[in-house]
Amino acid sequence: MSNATITPPAPGTNSLSAARLPRWSPYAIAVGAVAIGCAIGLGAGLGSQIQWGLIAAVLFVLGTYGIAAAVEGKRQAKDRVATSVVWVAFILAVIPLVSLIWETVSRGVKVLDVFFLTHSMGVVTDYEPGGGIYHAIIGTLEQVGLATLISVPIGLLTAIYLVEYGRGKLAKAVTFFVDVMTGIPSIVAGLFILSFWILILGFSYSGFAGSMALSILMIPVVVRSTEEMLKLVPNELREASLALGVPKWRTILKVVLPTSIGGITTGVMLAIARIAGETAPVLLLVWGNPLINTDPFQGPQSSLPLYIYQQYQNSGGSPAAYDRAWAAALVLIAFIMILNLVARGIARWKAPKTGR
Amino acid sequence: MAKRIDVSGLTAYYGSHKAIEDISMTVEPRSVTAFIGPSGCGKSTFLRTLNRMHEVTPGGRVEGKVLLDDEDLYGTHVDPVAVRRTVGMVFQRPNPFPTMSIFDNVAAGLRLNGSYKKSELGDVVEKSLKGANLWNEVKDRLNKPGSGLSGGQQQRLCIARAIAVEPQVLLMDEPCSALDPISTLAIEDLIGELKERFTIVIVTHNMQQAARVSDRTAFFNLSAVGQPGKLVEIDETERIFSNPSVQATEDYISGRFG
Repeated sequence: MSNATITPPAPGTNSLSAARLPRWSPYAIAVGAVAIGCAIGLGAGLGSQIQWGLIAAVLFVLGTYGIAAAVEGKRQAKDRVATSVVWVAFILAVIPLVSLIWETVSRGVKVLDVFFLTHSMGVVTDYEPGGGIYHAIIGTLEQVGLATLISVPIGLLTAIYLVEYGRGKLAKAVTFFVDVMTGIPSIVAGLFILSFWILILGFSYSGFAGSMALSILMIPVVVRSTEEMLKLVPNELREASLALGVPKWRTILKVVLPTSIGGITTGVMLAIARIAGETAPVLLLVWGNPLINTDPFQGPQSSLPLYIYQQYQNSGGSPAAYDRAWAAALVLIAFIMILNLVARGIARWKAPKTGR
Repeated sequence: MAKRIDVSGLTAYYGSHKAIEDISMTVEPRSVTAFIGPSGCGKSTFLRTLNRMHEVTPGGRVEGKVLLDDEDLYGTHVDPVAVRRTVGMVFQRPNPFPTMSIFDNVAAGLRLNGSYKKSELGDVVEKSLKGANLWNEVKDRLNKPGSGLSGGQQQRLCIARAIAVEPQVLLMDEPCSALDPISTLAIEDLIGELKERFTIVIVTHNMQQAARVSDRTAFFNLSAVGQPGKLVEIDETERIFSNPSVQATEDYISGRFG
């Protein structure tokens, strides 16, 4: 009876299905947008390729919306626009990074060889070709190493205090000052040590003075990242350990820290990466030295960022000095990248096991 | 081994909030005592006062007396760490240490306390895992991480970890609420075996479980939300479930409220 009025759906169709763009359509639209962008750029005689790219990006987003709205409807069109905006933003973010690495590598490899890594600037002036960065590598390793030795215990213990023990006003004050320290400009940290250590106490320029300024910059980063990692350790683990009759300090040492050691290591490595590139405090306190000085407690040293700055600044535009500066920059980037890889390795190795 | 617990006039606070008020009861040695009652009535809080875990929570403090065979747990100069070695605890959610293997998890209590002989460690682990009915399932993979076990196995691992330090009393805070019926049955059987050696106190929301495993049952209730929880009555389990002396207990057990 009334059944007869219901029309069965035509075979092969579904009331829930709608027209869809093919899977390859985003790529096609992107290629089309780039082609049109280049065509407009050439036709209008726009000199800068950045303008071509921006035109292509705008065309890509608009084209995606238009085509999707025509074929799929408005809701799907908005969805696709959101996706395409994310992609455009990603590419915009990656372009400077890739171009920076490309520039550094292509200019840096010119003079980068074993000789460059194993010789100082002792017998060459900044105007001449030759010389190397051995003294700067030594300086960076020693200063960063000392700064790490100072900062990691202080930062780790502060974070443990804040998470495990800190209650009330003292903890709030510590948190506040750590926040303030995070915002200290590196030159201010350098000036502080300069006035305190060198001008008032009368010590001379040294790698150690630089390390102290670097640890002022490093401590808040270590505290913050360690604090976050310790907070991630579930309270149940602490309670489980305490309920076994384990004293609190052993619980922290044997349960809380091992559980979060991967994240803490990553945080420390990131803090090291942050200070390894600092120039200002090193300029003020370590002073710079073309000769090899392996004693961080006595006399001026060099460091990689300082070396780069001085090669650029003091060479009067000599191409040899510029090449050396680029090569040193490449070495610095590689150093930080290796640190990051090591940190990831440690984090993965030490991470709580979930496997069966 | 097992010890009797005598609680008198116990009141526990979280900061200024009174969580439980004036609780007095006796927990018999070598028996299972179950705590039942609605959520928020302070069963878990009371359980945690029995091994001084309550004060681990910021603001947690206690008034009154808890006697463990005539020794006051809250007396002056009593070390909470020593109390917790005597009164072990198993938690609601299985919480094996994620960085440790199965073996290390069971050995954790002894190792972290520093009081063990290396040669005995293997025996203690085997004995504890056998005590927790887990030995046969894990004996071939003692070096695998504890978090790779199933939920029920993890909970038995936690029980093995708790009994490895040879406590006098074992507190269990809803040990089966995160487990399936088969794992629950395994744990209940285990409780029946463990009561030969330990005094066991178990908090449960499952009335049948209380009836199955416990010798004595305590019913807690609170007069209104925000009011402190109180002990309504404690009696033989059979009596509580057949003929309780307080009407509120019967209402709660039979599912009638208000």
